[in-house]
Amino acid sequence: MSSIKEIQDEIVSEFEILGDDKESTIFYIMELGGGLEKFPEAERKEENIIKGCQSKVWLVANEEGGKIHYQADSNTDITKGLISLLIRVLNHRRPEEILNAQLDFIDRIGMGSIIGSQRSNGLAAMIKQMKLYAFAFQTKQNA
Amino acid sequence: MSLNIDQIRGLFPVLHQEVHGKPLIYFDNAATTQKPQAVLDALTNYYGHDNSNIHRGAHALADRATRYYESTRESVQQFINARESAEIIFTKGTTESINLVAQTFGRKFIGKDDEIIISTMEHHSNIVPWQMLCEEKGVILKIIPISEKGEILFEEFEKLLSPKTKLVSIVHASNALGTINPVKNVIDAAHAVGAKVLLDGAQSTSHLEIGVQDLDCDFLAFSAHKLYGPTGLGVLYGKRAVLESMPPFLGGGEMIKEVTFEKTTYNNIPFKFEAGTPNIADVIAFKSALDFINEYGKPAIKAHEDELLAYANETMLDIQGFIPVGTAADKVSVLSFNINGMHPFDVGQLLDAKGIAVRTGHHCTQPLMKRFGIEGTVRASFAVYNTKSEIEKLAEGVAQIARFKNK
Repeated sequence: MSSIKEIQDEIVSEFEILGDDKESTIFYIMELGGGLEKFPEAERKEENIIKGCQSKVWLVANEEGGKIHYQADSNTDITKGLISLLIRVLNHRRPEEILNAQLDFIDRIGMGSIIGSQRSNGLAAMIKQMKLYAFAFQTKQNA
Repeated sequence: MSLNIDQIRGLFPVLHQEVHGKPLIYFDNAATTQKPQAVLDALTNYYGHDNSNIHRGAHALADRATRYYESTRESVQQFINARESAEIIFTKGTTESINLVAQTFGRKFIGKDDEIIISTMEHHSNIVPWQMLCEEKGVILKIIPISEKGEILFEEFEKLLSPKTKLVSIVHASNALGTINPVKNVIDAAHAVGAKVLLDGAQSTSHLEIGVQDLDCDFLAFSAHKLYGPTGLGVLYGKRAVLESMPPFLGGGEMIKEVTFEKTTYNNIPFKFEAGTPNIADVIAFKSALDFINEYGKPAIKAHEDELLAYANETMLDIQGFIPVGTAADKVSVLSFNINGMHPFDVGQLLDAKGIAVRTGHHCTQPLMKRFGIEGTVRASFAVYNTKSEIEKLAEGVAQIARFKNK
């Protein structure tokens, strides 16, 4: 399995192909959302909605063999694409790896200017929630 | 008279820029219109030459600033054909104007079990102030239902009217749908049961000719920044007798006749409602915005905007997946829509990437969105400086986005 750094490098080079064309970049992000694993309907409930996102984002995390399995969905295609990127980088990793991850691909892509400030805040909230899950599992593992 | 749109566009510096490498197409006019150079010049001139606090200044600058400030009041009076300029109160905006009425007229004249009627298509600023009053006083809020097209059901409105109705507060033109309400009929019916009427004119004053004496509304609230004027400034028109019967809103300087520690007497209208140093610069610059509108005339401006709206409907209705929201027969130039299967925010962001500025979301009309069973819409709203070729770009953009999702 590639490292967090390697996957981030991959994502950055994929976005580099799109160049400065904001429109194609957004369409690409929307396409990525289509690749999200199907979200379990039973988990589509209020308590799994991430606070701080304008659009609705549901996120759940399960521990499988000491590693975290994230599943997420959103009611908007762009947000689905964004969370699919985060999942691609952080999925199936040990909690401490996730907690220590420096997610620099977001700045390297220049995501802030692509998605605007409202969505950037939402993206930060998603990362925070993913790390919170990692922290909770780490605490449990160490107990 | 047909307008020279190229010449008019030349008066708006902000329009001549690129965003994301594309020429800006500004279709967010229902949120705020852009400002002509004359308004920008008036602001700079005021601060560069005339800056002074108004009223009671014994010097030349104060005298000039006062004259300019009061001259805008007269322009506003003429703009809405009020009987006298004392009936024009400057506020921070439509929201403050409505709150002023709720907190003064409402608290004094509307009591327990009295009723206030609003419509389903109100902006939150014409809902929440009344809810606050209802909570405080035990007043009951009644809601006029609307049709699928987004028109009020007038017969249902008539059924809501009774001697208990103390106020009907209704939007003249809907910000989210564009619907123009039959306000003259609403006002007449409300007056027949002894109720007063407040018109929310935030979206109508820039498009429709409004004569408050002919309409006979008791209050009219609107904002300067939707009329090509500065932000942070609004107007409350009220009939003299009604304004005089109301207690002051805010206490402080300007609004008093005499202050002693035992008792304060209040100034006459309009000053009674303008406590503190007002927004002098923006009031003065607002006159230039009104002059701009008057130069072309609202009938010509409306005719151009109607043509744009009709063209937008014509070019977009056949797009597969295009869902118009609000199809009233009588509308101002607002095109609210959704694309099948897409969140309005995504559509807005894709249009932004094409240089097209629209607004997305619930447009501060959540109960209206709920009525239609939707989360929000994409709203393109047109102003005098917009063109058919801009509409063509919007239609192309929407078609491309709809194809992506509905392929």
